[in-house]
Amino acid sequence: MNAFVRETVREPRDLTRARIQVGRAGTRPTTAELLRFQEDHACARDAVSTDVATDLPARLGCALESRTLARDRTEYLRDPGTGRRLREGEAARLLAAIPPDPQVLVAVGDGLSAAAVEAQVPVLLPALLDRLRREGFESIAGPVFVHLARVGMLDALGEVLRPEVGILLVGERPGLATALSLSAYLGFRPGPGRTDADRNVVSNIHEGGTQPLQAAAMVARWAASMRRQATSGVGFRPEAG
Amino acid sequence: MRIVGTLQTRMRGGSWSFGSLYEVMAKANAPKSGDRLAGICAQSAQERIAARLVLSEIPVSRFLEEPAIPADRDEVTRTIQSGIEPFAWAEVRGWRVGELRERILSADGSTLLRWGRGLPSEAIAAVAKLMSNLDLVSAAAKIPVEVRCRTRLGGAGILSSRLQPNHPTDDPAGILASVREGLSYACGDAVVGINPAEDSAEAVRRTADGVSEYVHDALGVPTQVCVLAHATTQMEVLRKGGRLDLVFQSLAGTEDACRSFGISGQLLSEARACQKELRPELDQVMYFETGQGSELSAGAHHGIDQLTLESRCYGLARAHDPFLVNTVVGFIGPEYLADGREVARAGLEDHFMGKLHGLPMGADVCYTNHADMDQNDLESLAVLLAAAGCTFFMGVPLGDDVMLNYQTTSFHDLATLRETLGRRTAPEFEAWMERKGILRDGRLTEAAGDPTAFPAPRGRSS
Repeated sequence: MNAFVRETVREPRDLTRARIQVGRAGTRPTTAELLRFQEDHACARDAVSTDVATDLPARLGCALESRTLARDRTEYLRDPGTGRRLREGEAARLLAAIPPDPQVLVAVGDGLSAAAVEAQVPVLLPALLDRLRREGFESIAGPVFVHLARVGMLDALGEVLRPEVGILLVGERPGLATALSLSAYLGFRPGPGRTDADRNVVSNIHEGGTQPLQAAAMVARWAASMRRQATSGVGFRPEAG
Repeated sequence: MRIVGTLQTRMRGGSWSFGSLYEVMAKANAPKSGDRLAGICAQSAQERIAARLVLSEIPVSRFLEEPAIPADRDEVTRTIQSGIEPFAWAEVRGWRVGELRERILSADGSTLLRWGRGLPSEAIAAVAKLMSNLDLVSAAAKIPVEVRCRTRLGGAGILSSRLQPNHPTDDPAGILASVREGLSYACGDAVVGINPAEDSAEAVRRTADGVSEYVHDALGVPTQVCVLAHATTQMEVLRKGGRLDLVFQSLAGTEDACRSFGISGQLLSEARACQKELRPELDQVMYFETGQGSELSAGAHHGIDQLTLESRCYGLARAHDPFLVNTVVGFIGPEYLADGREVARAGLEDHFMGKLHGLPMGADVCYTNHADMDQNDLESLAVLLAAAGCTFFMGVPLGDDVMLNYQTTSFHDLATLRETLGRRTAPEFEAWMERKGILRDGRLTEAAGDPTAFPAPRGRSS
């Protein structure tokens, strides 16, 4: 194909990540595109169905590993409510290991992508703890690892440990573009009765989105702002760093 | 032997009784994770069939006397009830649900359209529960629904598509790159419909005008343009002179769930009146999306099963005379529809119920990556729905929506379904595509699949 045609053909693919200009075999996709799609879906499926490595919480320096009401991943997926509540006895375990009423609580949950947690948290978490100290937080509880956790777990942890600010790092639902995207949810005085409207999120944390170190700085800054403003969610205004 | 008039039955395995009509309705459903999550599904396979036996003996008239939610407490109920046509009601009211199934399977399409106008949404849900998958396919395939906005849609042998060129940041050039690609596969005869990343009047207008300039002004494609923001945002765009052919809104099957979507019957009427006043030449101007499970998700299901509530969405939809309706089956996640089998069942139920309501019913056959479903499940359901006469599917580049992060049907799938099942695009669109050299006798030509067949959009890149 001549240079002009190649230029006009190539250009639209730079405009969107959508799978355009992929050709066809009859009316069907080419073999290369079919297998590329299947590869991306396989990454997403494995990210959803796999647990984090058993030694990951220890590698992250987690003070405690906790569990939700979800007995297994199937129940976790079919009944999201089970991932928002602590299993019986876990509250006492948390209180035995972690002094309550900290200025900030840091928790990690697998969410819908263990692969995202494995990929981003080992870089993000040490930087976040360091940044929180530099933002003036003196009592930092955790990090706590919660298996089979949803975003609402932040409120269940908040009810038990009563932090001023709660932070939950959790794997996002994988897309075909990446299975490695992480979110950081923040809430001021998380606890029962809180909803999505009371939380803020830094999402899209991965190689092609917000870099983990950049996210760590942003989350720590937001946590400090929340403490000064004594609010989070729709009323929260992030302050410039 | 069954005791007629009570909610009891005897089967091989013992006798069963139920406390209420809507307990019977919930337990008669095919297994769905959303009904399990709500704690209302049958506790055993036999209880499910016992509920169906009881349901088969319920007279149609009971569903008007006993709606899922009382009329004084729910606007959707009132809308459904006031939409019942008395002549059709007189014809159907005396039948039992089991008899209704057999009559539906025996009748022709125009008869079904007439009966549908007399059936409350709950009765349509009830009969769907007694129908097998192939029952749902064959009954729906008979019902011809035709509509007109800028162009005509529906009718026998036509399989249309919504070209869905979403972009994660609403980048106009990125959206138009996907539009151009889709047109090269002869997709987009139902609508070019964009889900905006940003729901503001400015952003929606930028997309609406940009796509209209390319699709209507530059190319003259016989289709419609729509941006699927909230109806209030679209009204604001229309009043400021923005270019939208259809007004879109997601619907739910209870007043409380509609409120959680920020809508009411009055708002839908206003939206339709707004566009009809601006564009009196158009017959139908509304586009609705629905999907089983959204009421439970909003905490507004009133203990009613998700199939019955989905049917009520269609009762609400028909009061506003839509050009397009589709279920987004599979988008909501595995807590409502667990896997490919549950999604397939729901897709066939929704399409049948929509058609019996007289609606131009399409389907977004789709799944998310945390559901136990894959591309093969999606393709199988698309074949079933196309056989059932589904009015339209979504067309997305290779089925990967890079803005909504889910998978749906592709431009390739649409062309394959048309050619495999002998379906055509809408007539005005097909004639235009023939002139452009993309289609010949309803099939893709050698030139198809190459977007450079259409002129590049003018430089509107952000």
